[in-house]
Amino acid sequence: MKKENVSKQMKKVTINLVLWSLLWLISLALATFGPKFIWQENTTWSIIAIVINTAIGGGLIWAHIKHLTALDELQKKIQLDAMGIALGVGIVGGLSYSVMDIANVISGDAEISFLVMLISISYMIALTVGKKRYK
Amino acid sequence: MKNKLKVLRAEQDLTQADLANKVNVSRQTINAIEKGKFDPSLSLAFKLSKLFQLSIEAIFKND
Repeated sequence: MKKENVSKQMKKVTINLVLWSLLWLISLALATFGPKFIWQENTTWSIIAIVINTAIGGGLIWAHIKHLTALDELQKKIQLDAMGIALGVGIVGGLSYSVMDIANVISGDAEISFLVMLISISYMIALTVGKKRYK
Repeated sequence: MKNKLKVLRAEQDLTQADLANKVNVSRQTINAIEKGKFDPSLSLAFKLSKLFQLSIEAIFKND
């Protein structure tokens, strides 16, 4: 396989991943804000929106696997390191946060959005550091 | 792991991008191997060995 083909394939799977991510984000926003602003708490529409969001989420996972498969060995290593760090930070940070909620150290309930942000931020930092390390 | 990739590449007048094209990896990967920051897989080592018509041991040396 020539490099042109590899670059072309890489571009294709990256665009595919971006499109699935956008689609998933839009469907998530619809499932989150739809009940209040569009279909006035109608349960049937809410279930439909959640099912669609979950199905698109499956597509997003598939697109991510395709993207990872297209990477070369160093790029895969950088991704694996970043995902490992994000997973570790997510589990340790998430459980600490949960314990803080149980022990009433924090005011209010522990929110899942905090965990998502923690995983995303640690993943992005680890990815940037990894890319710089092998530059 | 030390290697002679940079020398071999220069001998054949290849840029990092050219070499990357030939063995199907990114230019960043070739650069990281040359600098000794990343050890290639056996499969990539064989590709480089075949390309330069040298044994793997002739290209790569353990520290």
